[in-house]
Amino acid sequence: MTRYLSRKLLIYILTFFLAVTIDWLIPRLMPGDPINVMISRLGPRNPEEVKLLRDYYLRLFALDVPMWQQYINFWKSVLQGDLGRSTLYFPRPVMDIIKAAVPYDVFLLLPAILISWFAGNNFGALAARRRWLDNTVLPIGYILTATPYMWLALLLAWALGIVAGWFPIAGAYSFELRPHFSWLFIKDLLWHWFLPFLSLFMVMFGGWAIGMRNMIIYELEADYSRYLETLGAPQSLIRRYAFRNAVLPQVTGLALQLGTIVAGAVATEVVFAYPGIGNLIVSAIQNQDYFLIQGCFLFIILGVLLANLFIDVAYVIVDPRTRLGMAGEVA
Amino acid sequence: MTLQVENLTLYYQTLRGDARALEDATFKMADGEIMGVAGESGCGKTTLGHGIVLLKPPMKFVRGRVVLDGEELPIWDMERMREYRFRKISIIPQYAMNALNPIRKIGTMIGEVVRSRGIDYGAILPELKRRLDLVGLSHDVLKMYPIELSGGMKQRVVLVLSTLLNPSVLIADEITSALDVSTQKAVMEMLVEFRDRGFVKSIMVITHDISILYQVADSIMVMYAGQLSEKGPTEVIIHRPRHPYTKMLIGSLPKVGVRYAETRLSGIPGSPPVLLDPPPGCRFQDRCPVAFEKCRDVPPFLEIEPGHFVACWREY
Repeated sequence: MTRYLSRKLLIYILTFFLAVTIDWLIPRLMPGDPINVMISRLGPRNPEEVKLLRDYYLRLFALDVPMWQQYINFWKSVLQGDLGRSTLYFPRPVMDIIKAAVPYDVFLLLPAILISWFAGNNFGALAARRRWLDNTVLPIGYILTATPYMWLALLLAWALGIVAGWFPIAGAYSFELRPHFSWLFIKDLLWHWFLPFLSLFMVMFGGWAIGMRNMIIYELEADYSRYLETLGAPQSLIRRYAFRNAVLPQVTGLALQLGTIVAGAVATEVVFAYPGIGNLIVSAIQNQDYFLIQGCFLFIILGVLLANLFIDVAYVIVDPRTRLGMAGEVA
Repeated sequence: MTLQVENLTLYYQTLRGDARALEDATFKMADGEIMGVAGESGCGKTTLGHGIVLLKPPMKFVRGRVVLDGEELPIWDMERMREYRFRKISIIPQYAMNALNPIRKIGTMIGEVVRSRGIDYGAILPELKRRLDLVGLSHDVLKMYPIELSGGMKQRVVLVLSTLLNPSVLIADEITSALDVSTQKAVMEMLVEFRDRGFVKSIMVITHDISILYQVADSIMVMYAGQLSEKGPTEVIIHRPRHPYTKMLIGSLPKVGVRYAETRLSGIPGSPPVLLDPPPGCRFQDRCPVAFEKCRDVPPFLEIEPGHFVACWREY
């Protein structure tokens, strides 16, 4: 067990190192640089001013040293938990900006993923044994999953937001409100939250349900299910066994999804102007904000790796085959 | 009579019509009888075994009666049949090595199955352990997962579980096909032991390997293309077969002392008919060296001497 986990941990640390290196490199491969964007925003009047501002900013962001020096400095500050300052929202630290955005992502994605996973699995298992459900609701699930997400989200915003007028179509809360702890604000928050949540839920639900239905049908045909039938075991026991076996790959899917929470949902957040990491990444890239891009992606890398580590540990608990596999073959 | 089967006819539903896998099977199994069912692939022997225990689509019940210990089994009714499975009639399936739920400890699984049939696991546990001893498995297997066991061990677990409630009839479907010769013998001896100790009354051993049957079976029933060809005591079937198919089948077995470098091993020319639309009458007629006009009609399965049944017009 310890050997298994320490081996896994080593692989994760290596992956982290490589991924963060790429994370540092990618923004710097873009044409142009963030300083130009900042200077053009200030609108200097003559070349001397431009030169002055440029030197100042380059020194400020430590972009005047050679690349290898920048790389080492980057690691030094990352390991101290310092992600630098954003050029776009200068002078706010990247960490603060991300900290402000992450709660919205968690608030939006965690319920969407968990509820759709739970509902989708149960519905899929039910559809596997009810012909009429299989023939009616499942095709709808296929359509929902196959629909380009942005289009579905836009359609929802248009139908329920603009035509019906039941829900707002932008922001996490009304513009006239300030975030504070009150019933009024929470109600407003939930009201704004509903459409993005619904759009995510619909798409994910279809995917989980289809996956579960196919897995259950496969498991109900498996040899151990047949043998239980020859022993006269009741359907409830056979289904329970099939469900337990079929849910294993779904657990993997769930954990991977959970890992992407910190990455936000770019399309949702753009369509509904929701202030999460997804929105942040888009504007950071548009403005070539090296430090904000690095920060956001660092969080995504951490999230995905932690989720994978979590799966590795969870699988050991859920599936005896992995537990035994790591101790080597047992005769 | 433990088991009595009359005119049992089972088809498989396919998109191109019914495959007539078993046609008018009529036979009896006596108390304590170990009956071998032999024949080539697709002859209907597995259909027969499974049909009696678990008749589910695409298998279709057409007609016939199955009487077990004087009581007719509702084999066409999946739900009503549930009560008889495991308690009265059990099977060791062909896939015994994959028959255990991979994510449950073997003891837990047996407990759940037994309890689901309304039996107290605690009360039956001592007997379960005794039987594990009998087949040479340690009690620790109850705390293990199926992947921790070898194929042969899993098969023995299935043997113990299937017979745990002392059913009247046990159907052993191709249980030796995946084993090497020495293990085959051990498994067959276990079956005999279980019968001798009264764990099961009668056993139907389905196999394509006649030499296995020669060692343990009291009687052998030979099937061809969904029809019964011949049934009789083992010695009679091996040494004095009457049906042309049985003769050729036995004749095609290798014999001790014959060098097959010099003599060619004989086979049966041709191949079995397609069961979607078999020719009327005896299904062996196209490959039969002694076929004549009469074979256009289905030959009855008649008792030509005590305990010896043949379905061939040449033999009456």
